[in-house]
Amino acid sequence: MKVRYIKLEQVEGPLIVLQDVKEAAYDEIVEIEVPGRGMRMGKVVEISGDKVIIQVFEGTSGISLDKVSVSFTGSPMRIPLSKEILGRIFNGIAKPIDGAGEIYSEKTYDINGRPINPVARLYPRNFIRTGISAIDGLITLIRGQKLPIFSGDGLPHNELAAQIVRQAGISGEESKNFAVVFAAMGIKHDEADFFVRSFEEAGVMDRVVMFLNLADDPVVERIITPRCALTAAEYLAFERGMHVLVIMTDMTSYCDALREISSAREEVPSRKGYPGYMYSDLATLYERAGIIKNSGGSITQIPILTMPNDDITHPIPDLTGYITEGQIVLSRSLYQLGIYPPIDVLPSLSRLMKDGIGAGYTREDHPDLANQIFAAYSRVQEVRALAQVIGEEELSETDKCYMEFGRRFERIFLSQKFDENRSIEKTLDIMWDLLKVLPRSEITRIDPALVNKYLGK
Amino acid sequence: MQEGKIIYINGPVVRASGMRGFTMREMVMVGEKKLIGEVIALNKDVATIQVYEETSGVRVGEPVIGTGKPLTVKLGPGIIGNIFDGIERPLSRIYKEGSAFIPPGIGLISLDEEKRWDVEILAKEGDYLNEGDVFAEVAETSMIVHKVMVPPGIKGRVISVKSSGNYTINEVLAVLEDEGKTFELRMCQEWPVREPRPVKKRMAIEKLLVTGQRVIDTFFPLAKGGTAAIPGGFGTGKTITQHQLAKWSDADIIVYIGCGERGNEMTEVLEDFPKLEDPRTGKPLMDRTVLIANTSNMPVAAREASIYTGITIAEYFRDMGYNVALMADSTSRWAEALREIAGRLEEMPAEEGYPAYLASRLAQFYERAGYFENLNGSEGSITIIGAVSPAGGDFSEPVTQATKRVVGAFLALDRELAHARHFPAINWLLSYSGYVKMLGDWYAQNVADDFLSLRAKMLSLLREENKLMDIVKLVGEDVLPDDQRLVLEIARVLKMAYLQQNAYHKEDSFVPLERQYKMLKVIEKLYDRATSAIKKGIPLAKVKNEALFNDIIMMKYNLNFDDLSSKIDEYFDKLESMYKEGAQYES
Repeated sequence: MKVRYIKLEQVEGPLIVLQDVKEAAYDEIVEIEVPGRGMRMGKVVEISGDKVIIQVFEGTSGISLDKVSVSFTGSPMRIPLSKEILGRIFNGIAKPIDGAGEIYSEKTYDINGRPINPVARLYPRNFIRTGISAIDGLITLIRGQKLPIFSGDGLPHNELAAQIVRQAGISGEESKNFAVVFAAMGIKHDEADFFVRSFEEAGVMDRVVMFLNLADDPVVERIITPRCALTAAEYLAFERGMHVLVIMTDMTSYCDALREISSAREEVPSRKGYPGYMYSDLATLYERAGIIKNSGGSITQIPILTMPNDDITHPIPDLTGYITEGQIVLSRSLYQLGIYPPIDVLPSLSRLMKDGIGAGYTREDHPDLANQIFAAYSRVQEVRALAQVIGEEELSETDKCYMEFGRRFERIFLSQKFDENRSIEKTLDIMWDLLKVLPRSEITRIDPALVNKYLGK
Repeated sequence: MQEGKIIYINGPVVRASGMRGFTMREMVMVGEKKLIGEVIALNKDVATIQVYEETSGVRVGEPVIGTGKPLTVKLGPGIIGNIFDGIERPLSRIYKEGSAFIPPGIGLISLDEEKRWDVEILAKEGDYLNEGDVFAEVAETSMIVHKVMVPPGIKGRVISVKSSGNYTINEVLAVLEDEGKTFELRMCQEWPVREPRPVKKRMAIEKLLVTGQRVIDTFFPLAKGGTAAIPGGFGTGKTITQHQLAKWSDADIIVYIGCGERGNEMTEVLEDFPKLEDPRTGKPLMDRTVLIANTSNMPVAAREASIYTGITIAEYFRDMGYNVALMADSTSRWAEALREIAGRLEEMPAEEGYPAYLASRLAQFYERAGYFENLNGSEGSITIIGAVSPAGGDFSEPVTQATKRVVGAFLALDRELAHARHFPAINWLLSYSGYVKMLGDWYAQNVADDFLSLRAKMLSLLREENKLMDIVKLVGEDVLPDDQRLVLEIARVLKMAYLQQNAYHKEDSFVPLERQYKMLKVIEKLYDRATSAIKKGIPLAKVKNEALFNDIIMMKYNLNFDDLSSKIDEYFDKLESMYKEGAQYES
């Protein structure tokens, strides 16, 4: 028989405090019955003697000190999972909200997961073709990678993510084995609708699992949402052998929720008021991407975050970049020029690219070619800065070539339509075309044999 | 065994009462699951414990059991080629025994106690052995002979000894007697991680740690027994640089600590190193490597311990007379672990929330590096190379600054260079190495007498280029006189041909010193001949021959240094004689 506690000691922000508790376990889930307002869930975040601090997921409004009843469930949060979750929509704490009934399963799963043993991992080496030139050519996505999109408010990150899902998922021969897990944290209703619509249009809705915590849903729930989503992803990938693409948006709302709870608990803040453990906390999410030996499946993560004030040194993108295997950075100035996708390739990076491209993966010339394009486009920035000072007319001949290279790079290579799906050969060929603008002596990063092969003697 | 009861739980921090008899830094087992923890504060009968495993599900009232000893690691054969977690539990064995995920409550396991090793016993009955003396040897891997030593603090006459043969690490191999007391000697010994292992004395640093990385070996050298920090924002190539050093540096043993970093990076090492050959011995690199992994999602308290576990293992092999290089990637995550625990203890924060003892802890760690004479008379060294991940890439933050104060070499990674894909992205203006002077004799004996003057010449060229670039950014390159434009051109060659190094190219990943010297000589020759040609009034457009310059930039792949040298001479001889004739003709 579960013990019920009727009296609270204190209610503050998202936290409630109980006294005289006999048997609470750290991290366990509690059920809170608020008269007239239904059941809520919470989790034990601190135990001090017989005093227990509980964080309430749905918020504490309407809770009074006397008229609630709290019972302890005895275990951390677990969710039931089966293959039936495909095509379903859940709220931020994994309760079905699509009216199609509960998920029945004998097995339930701890949403906190466990760290993957590095010995059990398989190093990711297979490239995922997204059909987007900037990504396939220069920031190649690898199956099992965690590659976030660093965006800003009002930039087309949702479109980009939807395009990746549409073009990466269903075209491959392993399409039967493909699933998308979508975790929304604090995004607007119309953004969520956009994703639902684009999944439907692509005809993949029956392979999508959605966990939605929208902007007007309780803030604290946001801490749970990505964990539920990743637990579902782990189940599909490692028990069902599926290739799972996880989209998590918006990580900035997640971190803000973390900060809110931290400040309610009066913890010592580190940068910009975010808690000192934010790095470890984010790592427990991002590190759940990867491939496990002999499981047959994989988890590829594309978290999306909006950089506050477009500042890449803000703690949220900064800590994320230290954990993830690269980043795709969107640029406001490119977007203002009307370029889609507005990917700023210079600060963008795919760390796993080196092992997933080249002969046997994409094409032999890919590594050197990508390197050369990066170097050339980086030179374009210097030349543009100079041109602003002395005028384009005064530039040297070589520098003028770079100006032209920059224009073509942005207009021909970077720009593509929302539904344009380029093959890797096409992408690489465009890259060679770009280099034709430059004098041959500027091509210093490519094996001369390859230059002769692709550009002629 | 003493026992207390849990009264408080907050993440990795647990408090227990009834702990009067416990000692500071004692290792304890927490709760029903017997999670490993360490006592970090005692107050009356309440002890504060940091727990090295997930505390989810632990209840108030569960027991805390003492072990009577501080956090120790087991040292013996079976370390090399293995991968451990932050408190020396073997990850491959955990994987074999069950799940792909790391469960809590594994208990204290470390080295393989079943495995039988081929032991050659060196000591004879009647020998007198001092602390640190080698009494047996085991071929641990194809590269490393494990020297079995008398533990520090123990000495005596051998009263019985086994003959060479097959033994497990826990079997008694010999018995010593000293003043009526006897000690049993085994293949393994234990040592508390937070205490440096004793040595006879510290020696001067005078040997280069050859890394095969041009910008490091030539411009910002590391020394055997020295310390270095590699700070850089994300994406600047800290991990690749650390991996390159782990692969190619000429240490005997590499201890690689993945401290709060990515799981896939550890997997990459695990998959790649057994396949890579050591350039000196031709043996697989894994046969000299130990990995300590506390990935970013593993418990944070064990992250704090992982650095100490690593350095203790390094010291143990140093005691055998080996040169050990320890890579810690990244020390910032370790500092953040300190901060997180300090925060949960509600300690007064200093700068950016870090505890006030951050700097002293960092100094204590780096001071365990050095070139030593060991207790048994052999010489060994530990080189520490710590990556630093400054928040926002800003080097003025506390961890970078505190590290800078205690390390000898500082290899600053630069975001701009990384964006331009100039790798390794080591900024030549911000980096420094305090070992250049100490290594002067070494360079003269092992490379060339003029190596350091060549280095100085090239560095000043780079500095001059930097000054000129400030002007170029304002008014363009065309307004500079030819001799200054030449500086820009040669600096460009130096950057592309020499400073940039391709970690993924077979020939370029590791470059021996004599080849580095030859390359530098080629660039110097180009610089000298071009400068004198310009002085003679030959215009830059002629001096800068595209084909010749390109050949030099590509020399790292073509390896045609001698050819190039004569090519340069040929070209400039011809050019100068042409202009001489022209000048005569004109006059």
